[in-house]
Amino acid sequence: MATDLKEKLVSSFMAFENKVDVDHPIHDIRLGAIKNFEAKGFPTNKEEAWKYTSLRKFAKTNFSVFPKKSKTPEYRDVKKYFLHEVDTYKIVFIDGVYSSFLSETTHDGVDVCLMSAALSKPMYRPVVDVYFNKAASKDEQMTSLNTAFSREGAYIYIPKNKAPIKPIEILHFATGTEAALMLQPRNLIIAEENSELQVIERHQSLTDNEILTNCVTEIFAAENAIVDYYKVQNDRHTASLIDNTYISQKAKSTVKVHTFSFGGKLTRNNLNYYQHGSHIDSTLKGVTIIGEKQHVDHHTLVHHQEPDSESHQDYKGIYGEKSTGVFNGKIIVDKEAQKTNAFQQNNNILISDKATINTKPQLEIFADDVKCSHGCTIGQLDKDAMFYLQSRGIPKKEATALLMYAFTDDVMDSVRLPELKNRINNLIAEKLGVQMGFDL
Amino acid sequence: MLKIINLHAGVEGNEILNGIDLEVNAGEVHAIMGPNGSGKSTLAGVIAGKEDFEVTEGQILFEGEDLEDIAPEERAHQGIFMSFQYPVEIPGVTVTNFMKTAINESRKARGENEMPANKMLKKIREKAELLEIDRKFLSRSLNQGFSGGEKKRNEIFQMAMLEPKLAILDETDSGLDIDALRIVANGVNKLKSKDNAVIVITHYQRLLDYIVPDYVHVLNEGKIVKSGTKELALELEEKGYDWIKNGTVV
Repeated sequence: MATDLKEKLVSSFMAFENKVDVDHPIHDIRLGAIKNFEAKGFPTNKEEAWKYTSLRKFAKTNFSVFPKKSKTPEYRDVKKYFLHEVDTYKIVFIDGVYSSFLSETTHDGVDVCLMSAALSKPMYRPVVDVYFNKAASKDEQMTSLNTAFSREGAYIYIPKNKAPIKPIEILHFATGTEAALMLQPRNLIIAEENSELQVIERHQSLTDNEILTNCVTEIFAAENAIVDYYKVQNDRHTASLIDNTYISQKAKSTVKVHTFSFGGKLTRNNLNYYQHGSHIDSTLKGVTIIGEKQHVDHHTLVHHQEPDSESHQDYKGIYGEKSTGVFNGKIIVDKEAQKTNAFQQNNNILISDKATINTKPQLEIFADDVKCSHGCTIGQLDKDAMFYLQSRGIPKKEATALLMYAFTDDVMDSVRLPELKNRINNLIAEKLGVQMGFDL
Repeated sequence: MLKIINLHAGVEGNEILNGIDLEVNAGEVHAIMGPNGSGKSTLAGVIAGKEDFEVTEGQILFEGEDLEDIAPEERAHQGIFMSFQYPVEIPGVTVTNFMKTAINESRKARGENEMPANKMLKKIREKAELLEIDRKFLSRSLNQGFSGGEKKRNEIFQMAMLEPKLAILDETDSGLDIDALRIVANGVNKLKSKDNAVIVITHYQRLLDYIVPDYVHVLNEGKIVKSGTKELALELEEKGYDWIKNGTVV
C-alpha cells in the first residue's frame, strides 16, 4: 500500500511537539511552517521550480521520521569521510542524533556546537531571536517542512574580530537502522564583523537503505566577514538530498559556496543569496560529475539589493550514462542596486547520448547601470585537445579524464583548503575512473 | 624509417594530399616547404594519426609497418612525435605532471615499469636546461597563458623528454623571435642523432639557417613538386612560391 508521506509528516508533528519546548518562541515559527507545508504539500512538476526534479516517489515512500536509537559507528569505519589530514572541529550526527563520541566542538571564544542546545538554552536566545529562520523562505514547502521539524543540526557563532579558527566539518551519517529514513537537519551559522570561517558539510549513508535528507542551512555574514562553505555530495546511490541554503550578506562580506556533486540518487541544491549592502562578493561554484541514473539539480538565486556588489557563478557539469542535470540560475538586480556586477557561467559536457541537461539563466534586472553576463554551453570534449594528448602517448581514456579534469579547473581554483582540494581532486579522478600517475 | 607511398588524404571528401611519395631515413633532416594551403600541416597530421583526416589511397610505413588504423597514442609509443603549430591549453595540469603522464603511458605501452621519480626529475631538469626553460615554468598549467614562443619551446621540451625516433615540427618557427628561434633550433640540433630523423615543416627559409636540412621538398597543391638539397630552400626564398605555382618547375 502506498503511503502518503505528507499525511504521515503532518500527523507526526503532534508527536514531535511532545519532544520539544512548545513554550519557546520559535515554536510559533514551527507552527506557521507546518501550516504552510500542510496547505501546499510536496512540490510537483507542475511548479516551474520543480519542472525537472520529481519528488513524487518520495511522497509515496514510508519513510521513518523519528529513527530508533542507533549504535555509533567506530571512528575507523568512518574515518575516510573526515578531512583527517588537517585539524578540524567536527559536529557529527548519527541518524540525526548528535554523536559526542565522534565530534569535537568548542565554546572557546566561539560557539561550534548544536542547534538543540542553541534552541533550548536561554544564553543563546539573543542570537536565536535575531537570526533563526530570518533568511530561510517562509513560503517554499521543503524549507517549511524542515522549519516545522527543526530541532537538531549545527550551530556556529563566530563573534566580531575573531581571528580565524580551524575549519569546521559538519557530518551527517545514516546507519541504516530503518528501511527508509528521512532526516531534516537544520544549521545556523553566523559570522560577525571581521570574522572568518571555513565549513565542510557532508551527508553520508553507511548502508544501501533508502535515505531522504531535507536540510536547511542559514548563513549570516556581517560586515567584512569571510565565509567559505564546501558541500561534498558523494553519497551512495540510495541516498537523496534536498539541500536548502539561505545566505544573508552585509557590506564588504565575502561568502563562497562550492558544491561538489558526485554521488547520491537525487540531489537538489537550492542555493539562495541575499545581499544587504555594498561591496559584497557572493561566489557560487560547483562541479557535478554523475552517471548511471543519477540526478543533480542546481537552483541558484542571487538577489542584489544595494549598489556596487558582485556575484560570480561558475558551474561545471559532466554527465554520463542516463544521468540528468539541471542548472537554473536566477539573478535579481533591484532598481537601487546600480553598478552591480553579476557573472554567471554554466558549462556542461555530455559523455553519453542518453544523458541530459536542462540549463536556464533567469535574469531580472531593474537597474540600468549594471554589468551582467551569463553563458551556458553544452558540448563534447574538444577534439583537437584530445588529439594533442593522444599524440603525446596518452590513451583515449586517460586523455578524456585529463581533459575533464582540466574542464573543472576554474571551479577548483578557488578552493582555499589544500587538503580538501587534494581530496576533491582524488574524488574526481576516482569518479572519472583513472589513475593519473600523479596526484591531481 | 618512414616511407610514404602515393598518399592521398583529405577531409570530408575534399582531397588535400594527392599522391605524396617520401622516404626519410634515420639520421636525416628533411624540410617540407610550400605556400599556404599546399597541404603541409595535413601531411604532418596524417602521419601523427589525426582522425579528422581520411587516407583514401596509398600507405604510410613506419619502420616497415603500415600505420593504417593505428591510434595516435600508439604511433607516439612507436616513436612518432609531432610538434603542434597551435598547442592546446590544459588548465590545472602542470607541465611536469603532463610529462610524467605522457612518459609513463608510453613506458606502460612498451611493457616497462614507471620511471622512478628521482630519475624523472633529473631528466626534466636536464631537458629544461637544454631549452633554457625556467624551473617555475614547469609548475605552470600546460600552455595556459604561455606566449607563442613559450608554447613552441615547450613543444620542443616535450620532444626532448619523449625522445622520439621521428619528430615532425609543424611550423615551429611561426611566432618565434630570433632568440627563441635560436634556442628551439639549438635544442633540436642537440637531440639529433644518427638514430633519429626530423621533418621540419615551414613556410619560410629562416628556420633552416639553424636546423640545416639534408633534403628540401616543395609541396604544392598536395603534391611534392620539387625535391633537392638545402640550396633549394634558398632559391625558393629568393624567387618566392610563385616560381613553383606558375608551373615553371618541371
